[in-house]
Amino acid sequence: MPAVSKGDGMRGLAVFISDIRNCKSKEAEIKRINKELANIRSKFKGDKALDGYSKKKYVCKLLFIFLLGHDIDFGHMEAVNLLSSNKYTEKQIGYLFISVLVNSNSELIRLINNAIKNDLSSRNPTFMCLALHCIANVGSREMAEAFASEIPRILVAGDTMDSVKQSAALCLLRLYKTSPDLVLMGEWTSRVVHLLNDQHMGVVTAAISLITCLSQKNPDEFKTCVSLAVSRLSRIVSSASTDLQDYTYYFVPAPWLSCKLLRLLQCYPPPEDGAVKGRLVECLETILNKAQEPPKSKKVQHSNAKNAILFEAISLIIHYDSEPNLLVRACNQLGQFLQHRETNLRYLALESMCTLASSEFSHEAVKTHIETVINALKTERDVSVRQRAADLLYAMCDRSNAKQIVAEMLSYLETADYSIREEMVLKVAILAEKYAVDYSWYVDTILNLIRIAGDYVSEEVWYRVIQIVINRDDVQGYAAKTVFEALQAPACHENMVKVGGYILGEFGNLIAGDPRSSPLVQFNLLHSKFHLCSVPTRALLLSAYIKFINLFPETKATIQEVLRCDSQIRNSDVELQQRAVEYLKLSSIASTDVLATVLEEMPPFPERESSILAKLKKKKGPGAVSVPDLEDGKREGGELNGGGERGPDSAAMSASNASTPSPSADLLGMRSAAPMSAAPTSAGSLLVDVFSEAGPAAPSAAVNDDGFLRFVCKNNGVLFENQLLQIGIKSEYRQNLGRMYLFYGNKTSVQFASFTTTVSCPGELQSHILSILRLNVQTKPVEPVVEGGAQIQQVLNIECLTDFSEAPLLNIKFRYGGALQNLSLKLPVTINKFFQPTEMTSHDFFQRWKQLSQPQQEAQKIFKANHSMDTEVLKAKLLGLGTALLDDVDPNPENYVCAGVIQTKGQQVGCLLRLEPNGQAQMYRLTLRCSKDSVSLRLCELLAQQF
Amino acid sequence: MQFMLLFSRQGKLRLQKWYVPLSDKEKKKITRELVQTVLARKPKMCSFLEWRDLKVVYKRYASLYFCCAIEHQDNELITLEIIHRYVELLDKYFGSVCELDIIFNFEKAYFILDEFLLGGEPQETSKKTVLKAIEQADLLQENVDFQMRLFAGTVCESPNNPRCSVEH
Repeated sequence: MPAVSKGDGMRGLAVFISDIRNCKSKEAEIKRINKELANIRSKFKGDKALDGYSKKKYVCKLLFIFLLGHDIDFGHMEAVNLLSSNKYTEKQIGYLFISVLVNSNSELIRLINNAIKNDLSSRNPTFMCLALHCIANVGSREMAEAFASEIPRILVAGDTMDSVKQSAALCLLRLYKTSPDLVLMGEWTSRVVHLLNDQHMGVVTAAISLITCLSQKNPDEFKTCVSLAVSRLSRIVSSASTDLQDYTYYFVPAPWLSCKLLRLLQCYPPPEDGAVKGRLVECLETILNKAQEPPKSKKVQHSNAKNAILFEAISLIIHYDSEPNLLVRACNQLGQFLQHRETNLRYLALESMCTLASSEFSHEAVKTHIETVINALKTERDVSVRQRAADLLYAMCDRSNAKQIVAEMLSYLETADYSIREEMVLKVAILAEKYAVDYSWYVDTILNLIRIAGDYVSEEVWYRVIQIVINRDDVQGYAAKTVFEALQAPACHENMVKVGGYILGEFGNLIAGDPRSSPLVQFNLLHSKFHLCSVPTRALLLSAYIKFINLFPETKATIQEVLRCDSQIRNSDVELQQRAVEYLKLSSIASTDVLATVLEEMPPFPERESSILAKLKKKKGPGAVSVPDLEDGKREGGELNGGGERGPDSAAMSASNASTPSPSADLLGMRSAAPMSAAPTSAGSLLVDVFSEAGPAAPSAAVNDDGFLRFVCKNNGVLFENQLLQIGIKSEYRQNLGRMYLFYGNKTSVQFASFTTTVSCPGELQSHILSILRLNVQTKPVEPVVEGGAQIQQVLNIECLTDFSEAPLLNIKFRYGGALQNLSLKLPVTINKFFQPTEMTSHDFFQRWKQLSQPQQEAQKIFKANHSMDTEVLKAKLLGLGTALLDDVDPNPENYVCAGVIQTKGQQVGCLLRLEPNGQAQMYRLTLRCSKDSVSLRLCELLAQQF
Repeated sequence: MQFMLLFSRQGKLRLQKWYVPLSDKEKKKITRELVQTVLARKPKMCSFLEWRDLKVVYKRYASLYFCCAIEHQDNELITLEIIHRYVELLDKYFGSVCELDIIFNFEKAYFILDEFLLGGEPQETSKKTVLKAIEQADLLQENVDFQMRLFAGTVCESPNNPRCSVEH
C-alpha cells in the first residue's frame, strides 16, 4: 500500500483495494468482492444510521468494484444521500458515483436533479462546479430537460465566478450534443460569442469548444465570432512566450486555445472584411514562419504543441483553398516533415498532404514529393504510416504519374500487410481504370492484381474488368490473349479462372486463329482448372463451354462429352446439374441459328458509376475517397467512366441503379444488367431458369399485399419472398391480444446492412378525427445486420383497441451490396383474428340472427368460387377464421353457419355468418350479421376473397 | 474527445472516462478491443491509429498507457499534449505519480480529470489553476474548522447561507 494518501484517507477502502490486489486468482477476487458486497449491503440495510464518512467509504468501494468490471445494483440511494451532504468530499464522491453509474430509475433521477438544483443555486462556486460536472458527465435527456434553460444564464451572468463559467460552458456543450432541441441559445448568442473576449484564458478555452460546436450547427447566428476569433488568435500568436504565464505550455503560448481558434475558423469561409482577412493571413504566415525557427526547447512537448498549431493552420489554409502562396508554403513545410525522425510527424504530414493534393494550387507541389512517398511505402516500419503513404500516392496520382504509381503499388502489394491489401487492390484497380490511356495496360494491371493478390480481389474488381473489356472492342483480342497466357501458369488464382472463362467464352474466337490457342487448346486449358474450382466458378465455366459450342462448332462433341459425364449431369449441386442438363439439351436440340441468338456476344454494359469506386467509398466512408480529380475537366470523352461518376448524388445513382451485378451473378447472370436478347426465342425459354437469377430487386416501396389475403384464415406461413429476402410469420391470438413472430431470412450470401423495420398503422387509423388508435402494435428494434444466409426474428405485440379495417403496414429497409432496399407489406392482422368461437343451438342462432335484423347490420356478397369447393377445405378455412362452425343449425346441410365474438379492448362484437355454396354454378352467397355495422362490412370483404 | 482509457501493460484498466453515452456492454467491448490493439503495437510506432471511425491517440508512461479516442476533425498532436498535461497534473498532485497511486486513489484521478477536461474538451489548461482547485478540496476535508472559516469568509457570499452554517 502506498504511503501517499492525500486529503481524506479512507483506510477501509485502501485495505479493500490491497486485498483485491493480493488475490491470486479471479475466483479469489470474486469471492472477496462478494464478501464485501454482502458487508456493504448489510451496513446499508442495518438499523444503525451510517455517518457520512462510512457512507462515503462504502459508496466508494462500490464504485471501485464497478470499475473493476462487476455489476452493481444497489447503493444508488446512499450515493444520492451523499449529494446533500455539506462536506465537500462526501458530496464529491456522491457525484462521482452518480456520474459513473448512471441510473434510469425515474425516482432517483428526480432526487438527483433536486440535489443538483440545490447546488446550482447555492452560490457556492465549488458546489456549483460539482453539480455542473455531474450534468456534463451524465448528459442525459432528463438532465437536459431540467437544466438546459438554466445553464446559459449561469454562463453569461456577470457575477458568475470564472471557474463556474468554464464548467457551465462545457456542460452546455454536452447537453447540446445530446439534446440540441432543448438548448436554445437565442437571446444568449451574442453574449456567448463575446466570451471569446474574456480576460480569463481558461474561460475562453472552455467557451470556444461550445462556440465551435454551435457555429457548426448554426453558422449564421454565430458568424460574428469570426472577427473575434481572428483578433484573439492574432494576440496569442504575436505574444512572447512568457506573456501568457501559466497558459504557456513548453514555450508555446496557449496551444490548446490556438488550435481551437483555428478550428473554429474552419467552420466559415474566408473573412469578407479585408482587414480581418489580412490579419488572419498574417497570423497564418507567422505560424508558418515559426515552424522554421530553431526550437526553444528540445522537449517533444514543445515541438508537439507548436506543430499541433501548425497542422491546424494548414488545415485552415486547405479549407480556404484560396491562397496559392500559403498552400505551397504549407506543402513545402509538410515535405520537410515527410523525412522527420518523429514517426508521428511523418504520419501526420502524409495525412495532411492527401488533402493538399486535391487543391489545384498545390497538386503540383505535392507531386514533387513522389519519390519520398514511394520510399515511405517501402521502408516505413509502421503499417499505419505505410497506409497513409498509400493513401497519398493514390491522392497525388494523375495521368502524368499513374503508370509509376500503379507499378509501385503493385510491387508493394506483393509484401503488403494483410490488413490493407484489399483496400490497396481497390485503389490500384480504380487508378488503372481511371488513367488507362491504352487498355492493354489496364488489362495487364488487373490481371497482375489478380495474380499478386487474388484473394483480395473482390467481385467488384473482376466484374469491372469484364464490363470494360466487353464495352471496348479494341481491347478484347488483347484481353483474350493475355488471359490465355495467364491461365498457362501451373497454379493460378480462381479469380483468374473466372475472368479467363468469361473472356474466352466471349472472345476466344479472336485468338483461335493461332494454332497455339486453337479452340480445343483453349477449352482444354480451361477445363484443366475446372476440378480445382468452387461451385460458382464451375457454373461460370459451364456457361463458357456452351458459349464455346456456339463460337467453335468443332468443339461441340468434346464439350457435349464433358457435359454428359456423370460428374456433371448427376452433380449433387443442383445448379451445376441443371446447367449441365440444360446446356446439353440446348446444344443438341437447338439449330445453329437459335444457338447463335441465345449465346450471342454480350451487349455493352450501360455506363455507370464504377462499382469498385462505390466499394471503396463504402469502405472508407463518403468523402474519404478523393479520387484525384484535377484532370476530370480535361479528359476526353473516350474514357470509360464518362465523367459523371462522382459528385454528391453518385451514391444515390448507384442505389437507384439496380443493375450492379449481384454477387452471385456469373456469366449468364450478369446478363440481367443488359437487355435480354435471348428471351423471345423459343429456346430462350429453356434458359429462363438460368437467366432468372437477376440482380437485386429495384428499390420499391409500393405496398405488397399478395401475402396478406392468404393469412386471413391461417396464422403461420411465408408472408413474402423475393430473391433476397424471405419473411415468415407465426402468430397467436387470445382475446384482444396477439403476438406475431416475424422471421426475416437473408437468402443471399451477402449481409444486409442497416436493416430496420417499422410498423405503422395506416392513415385511416391515425387520422381519425378523434384520433382513436384502433390497433396498438409494439415492436422491438431488430438487429441492424442480417448476415448472409442468416435469419433474425422480431416479435410484435398487438392489442386490438377497437374494430378496424386497415391492416398495419410493415416497412423494411436495408442495404444490400450498397443499394437501398425498401419494402412495404401489409401485415396480416385482420379483425377476425380476435374472434372467440361461440357454440350455440339452432334455436339460439336463429333468435340472434333475427335480433340483428337492421339493414346496416347485415352484409352480403354473392361471388364466384376461386378455390376448391370441397367440404373439408371449406370447413378448415372457416375454422381458421376463428369462429365456431355450427352443425345442425341450417336446415340445408350444404350450408355453413358460424358464430363468434370479436374481442376488442373496449367492446365485444357478436358475429354470425352463413355461407351458402352452389356447387353447380360454382358460386357462393355469404351473409354476415354483426352487432356492429362496420365489422359486418369488413368481414364480408375479407371473406369474399377466401373461397 | 469520445473517451479516455488508462490501462497497464498487462491490460488492466485503471481509469475510464466516457464522454459519449454507451451501454456498459459496448464500453467493455471497446475497451477489450482497444487495449488489445494498442498493446500489440511496437514501441517506435506512431502514436495515432485509425480505429473504427475514430482516431486513437495513445502514449505510454512507464507501465501505464494513456489512450484517447477523438473524432476525425480533432487534432492528434494537441491530444497527445492533453495526455501529457494530465500526466503532469497527476505527477504534481501525487508527487512523482506511479500506477499504484492511481489504483489506490482512483477517485482523485477522476476528480483531477474532471477539473482539466469536461465533456471531452479542455476546461482549464493551466496546471496551477487545476491543482489549486483540487488542493482546495483536500483542505476542505482536512480541517473542518478551517473549512468553516473558508466558507464563511471567502467562498460564501452570504454569511447566512444555510449550506455553510449547518456543519456539525
